[in-house]
Amino acid sequence: MIYASKISVSRGGRALLDDVSLSARAGEVLAILGPNGAGKSTLLKVMAGEFIPDSGDVAIEGRPLGNWIPLELARVRAVMRQDTHLEFAFSAREVVMMGRYPHCQRHTTAHDWDIVDQALQAADAAHLAKRPYPRLSGGEMARVQFARALAQVWPGDTQQRLLFLDEPTAALDITHQHSLLKMARDLTRAHRFAVIAVLHDLNLAARYADRIVLLDQGRLAACGTPAEVLTPDQLMATYHVAAECHTTPNGELWVHTRAAA
Amino acid sequence: MNTLVQPLPKPRFPFAPSATLLIAGLVVLLVLATLAAAGIGAVEIPPSHILAILASQLGFDTSRYFTPGEAALFIHLRFPRVLLGLVTGAGLAICGAALQGLFRNPLADPGLVGVSGGAALGAGFIILLGNLIAPLVFPELRMWLLPVAAFAGGLAAALLVYRLGTRAGMSDIASMLLAGIAINALAGAGLGAFSVFANDEQLRNLTFFTLGGLGAANWTIVALCSAVVALVAAVFMRQAQALNALLLGEAEAAHLGVDVQTVKRRIFLGVAAAVGVLVAFTGMIGFVGLVVPSLARLLLGPDHHRALPVSMLMGALLVVIADMGARTLIVPAELPLGVLTALIGAPFFIWLLAKRGKES
Repeated sequence: MIYASKISVSRGGRALLDDVSLSARAGEVLAILGPNGAGKSTLLKVMAGEFIPDSGDVAIEGRPLGNWIPLELARVRAVMRQDTHLEFAFSAREVVMMGRYPHCQRHTTAHDWDIVDQALQAADAAHLAKRPYPRLSGGEMARVQFARALAQVWPGDTQQRLLFLDEPTAALDITHQHSLLKMARDLTRAHRFAVIAVLHDLNLAARYADRIVLLDQGRLAACGTPAEVLTPDQLMATYHVAAECHTTPNGELWVHTRAAA
Repeated sequence: MNTLVQPLPKPRFPFAPSATLLIAGLVVLLVLATLAAAGIGAVEIPPSHILAILASQLGFDTSRYFTPGEAALFIHLRFPRVLLGLVTGAGLAICGAALQGLFRNPLADPGLVGVSGGAALGAGFIILLGNLIAPLVFPELRMWLLPVAAFAGGLAAALLVYRLGTRAGMSDIASMLLAGIAINALAGAGLGAFSVFANDEQLRNLTFFTLGGLGAANWTIVALCSAVVALVAAVFMRQAQALNALLLGEAEAAHLGVDVQTVKRRIFLGVAAAVGVLVAFTGMIGFVGLVVPSLARLLLGPDHHRALPVSMLMGALLVVIADMGARTLIVPAELPLGVLTALIGAPFFIWLLAKRGKES
């Protein structure tokens, strides 16, 4: 679905990303983890086409990003960013409708409003539909933005789709952290989605990601299944924390961390 | 996955019945205000006479219902003036609405980002040096010197703001607004310097630009302004959905497939063209582009599909009524229209600022 090869970005003489390669295919959730300043958001921006790396290429479905027509790309790839503020008092429903832009640049149809309402329900934000977006709490805004991203790439055909989530759970309560990531994972299982999410919580990543990419100071420190990446040695090397990792009898991985001695 | 396929509430369309009603109401008000504005003045023309004059223009024999004096006054003075007010209000308001969308800030305004100032500076240049330049231009083209210079000044200001406010292809709102302040200071200084060298007549004309008014109206001016404003409005209306998406932020809009740079270029060129031509013939009529879109959004929400056309209607209404006041409040003298719109607009601006302060 997406393939990023040998991405390097430097700003002001400092390397933000150094020779990072990764790929994600439809049907999987890929989590990007790493300490602050490791280059997670930069990597996401490069893959989303928001800025062009100093070297390296990104291709979606085998086509380099530069060869996509923006509208065409927007129909298969959506990006949910950390926080999106609005000065104007659009209702939450109207904000979600903005996600339909690549499908209807001039006039919205009843079909688009249907999708908007379903996306709001899927993001557990249907009750916010008529509220003015600028008055919502941070967590409510995040759910509306998730709904907007869903509406943009709403499954309707057999085309593969790509969803980027940049710290989607940062403003959410525990309940909604789980429901958002579960929804994202369900999309990969049922609808040929690839989800790439920048996360901070190791246990959320362990629970919902199929693969984890661990970044450290702009380099790829590890890549693999949660059990392969989230090991005490790796976490000590990358985060400098002491960690214990257990697998429960039903196969769930739990990670406990504390400050290194 | 069954959460994705639940039954839905019924869809809602952008034009709810209440919105249609409000737009119809505004149109009716605008027609009434136009008739009233054309009738009221030093010489009153009753509405029935106005309708008769209009009918006779369409070829009906209604000449017994009005006097030739009334007809001449209406056709050559009042009606073009009222129509120019209509077009000016509509043009300034839609430019304000579009700029506010582009800046993602309800306080943006063609005056604020320096487009009006740049246009006035261009026009002032022609007023001061027009006699020197005119011999170099074909006589038939001399009347175009003023609007073309104003357009050039407005466009230069818009491009400068755009240049200064754009880093790596993405605009930075704060530096754009600061650039606007700088350009306004420059334009103010320029007009001030011009006035030192101006003779009495030129000084009156320069003052006209700073205060604004519809006194210069004639049919040529009305036709030119209408054509430009209609063209610009048509271009802006096609960008309505893109402007909505831009409110999320430029990166977000780009992710939605909006060609951000093209939309921005169209808005800037459109604003420079409309504001340039309007400033050339009516001077700097402030606050219309600021107040009207805010009111339109309060009434019908911020969706540009509604905010743009409703702003045009309300802008036209505001300027027609304000000009009626300008002509009649201190008869036989005339209040400058720009002074009147500022008197209405500035307190509204202060109220808007106070309201925003309280909310944040």
